[in-house]
Amino acid sequence: MNPDSLVRKSEFEWWIPPVGRMRVPGVIYASEPLIVDMDEKVREQVSNVATLPGIQRASYAMPDAHWGYGFPIGGVAAFDPEEGGVVSAGGVGFDISCGVRALRTGLTAGDVESVKLRLATSLESTVPAGVGSRGQITLDEAGLDAMLAGGARWAVQHGYGQDADLEMTEERGCMADAHPEWVSARARRRQQHEMGTLGSGNHYLEVQRVAEVYDTRVAGAFGVDRDDVIVSIHCGSRGLGHQIGTEFLTEMAVAAPSFGIVLSDRELACAPVESELGRRYLGAMRAGINCALANRQIITHLVRHAFADVLPAAQLSLLYDVSHNTCKLEPHVANGAAKPLFVHRKGATRALGPGHPDLPDSLRDIGQPVLIGGTMGTASYILVGTDTGERLSFSSSCHGAGRAMSRHEAVRRWKGRQIIDELAARGIVVRSPSSRGVAEEAPGAYKDVSAVINAADRAGLSRKVARLEPMVCVKG
Amino acid sequence: MSACAASWEHFSHDADIGLIGIGPTKAEAFRQTAIALTAVVTEVEKVRPLTPVPIVCRAATDDLLLVEWLNALIFEMSVRSMLFGDFAVQISGGELRATASGERVDRERHEPAVEIKGATLTALRVEPVPAGWRAQCVVDV
Repeated sequence: MNPDSLVRKSEFEWWIPPVGRMRVPGVIYASEPLIVDMDEKVREQVSNVATLPGIQRASYAMPDAHWGYGFPIGGVAAFDPEEGGVVSAGGVGFDISCGVRALRTGLTAGDVESVKLRLATSLESTVPAGVGSRGQITLDEAGLDAMLAGGARWAVQHGYGQDADLEMTEERGCMADAHPEWVSARARRRQQHEMGTLGSGNHYLEVQRVAEVYDTRVAGAFGVDRDDVIVSIHCGSRGLGHQIGTEFLTEMAVAAPSFGIVLSDRELACAPVESELGRRYLGAMRAGINCALANRQIITHLVRHAFADVLPAAQLSLLYDVSHNTCKLEPHVANGAAKPLFVHRKGATRALGPGHPDLPDSLRDIGQPVLIGGTMGTASYILVGTDTGERLSFSSSCHGAGRAMSRHEAVRRWKGRQIIDELAARGIVVRSPSSRGVAEEAPGAYKDVSAVINAADRAGLSRKVARLEPMVCVKG
Repeated sequence: MSACAASWEHFSHDADIGLIGIGPTKAEAFRQTAIALTAVVTEVEKVRPLTPVPIVCRAATDDLLLVEWLNALIFEMSVRSMLFGDFAVQISGGELRATASGERVDRERHEPAVEIKGATLTALRVEPVPAGWRAQCVVDV
């Protein structure tokens, strides 16, 4: 993207003034080099989102923004139902409530280093991952309904975790107002064997070492210190969420004209919040969020078992769980008034600042942990929500590195075995059922996550707390 | 003019993958996109067409029919834990009837790279080309 085509408001804030049917400006938070590397399609998609009915303040893009479907990945937009605001299946995406959770282990890197290979084997054999893998939990219709209504709370009630886990999960582990009855039979069938599975592609389970601490006060409050071992889990709502996204995307795209909504791009598929279709999507999508929360909770339970086999002294406690593909009803200030808005974050992480009432008591004065995944060869980050985040981006930050090249190109350049050997030489154990899958996810196929993190930090979206480096990576 | 040769290919869409199917008929172009779909996951030649699965879908337009077809395959791959290597496709009056033949995923032999979440409406096109048809769609992985 040509920086000269944008209005630079500050070092890390770039505006697209409203033209044509845009109701609000577009705002991109990034450094100049990140803007230069960004696809021109990001500008087009940010502008398209700005045309949707009821949008408030601006159509935002985070520093890791890249070409998505309708909305850019890394897009944030909020809608007021009182002004004809919409809810968009395209604005949430296929992997509803895909997210990251991080667990403290009570161990240091020195405790893990000598048993790394055994730990990798234990994790690989305990947590189902990759195409064709199946979970151990099969739910009947009543059980599925209960899971879709209860989320991680349902999982804990059924023995998969601890009450304390819920306190550190967004929505306290249970998304309210979910309507399992609006989740189709096909979506339910896709979930039949997928509870407690990691998935494939960019989803992972990593054992990580805290390589650097930037903010000792906040890190201390998060219970994180240099050289600590952290476990990170990145996955979402599995087949059920994918099917909900698939069905409503098409239904909303076809129905949009009947609501008088002109879509610049069919992938902006949406319906008024105050419509039968909008309400039905929200109810099903919230059930999808609960599916993702339950899934990450079950995987947490499996990870605890895998650790107990190899490192009985480990005490795995939940640092936090964030989702980065959601639409949530939140109170915000827009046009000088406080009002409830439907905030879409597509490849963007909620980042509540200090004092926010939705934070657990132990984090109220600190701010929300913001968990950002990297690649199996680089780094992940822990950040914290800021006082400025609400004003800048409805309390939102980035979600990852973003790809720098296609899967096809990655496979052309690298072999899976080569990547595994190179990372092994650096002390990183990679386990995956698919050599080609590893090549497609090669660290070199991703952008520099550090540049994205620094831009989020400098823009004031969230602040750096710690950098994590991989020790063991289980990929699907 | 002789009919165009049937073929498929992938194209890049940032984190995801675009499918193109070309054939002398619309049905053949759709068949080729199905082969391209399997090729996202594994090498098509590795999939033995042992078990046939019937698929029927309908849509008001050709491009939405392509989305329905690919989503039907993604659904069957997911719930049956199967990969498909051979396809017979007929299209008439907005209705597609097909048989997809394949086998259960064998992680050793197929080395499946990635699961497919769904077919998108991005870069979606079904159009006549000289002596045939071209169909394309981006799938989210």
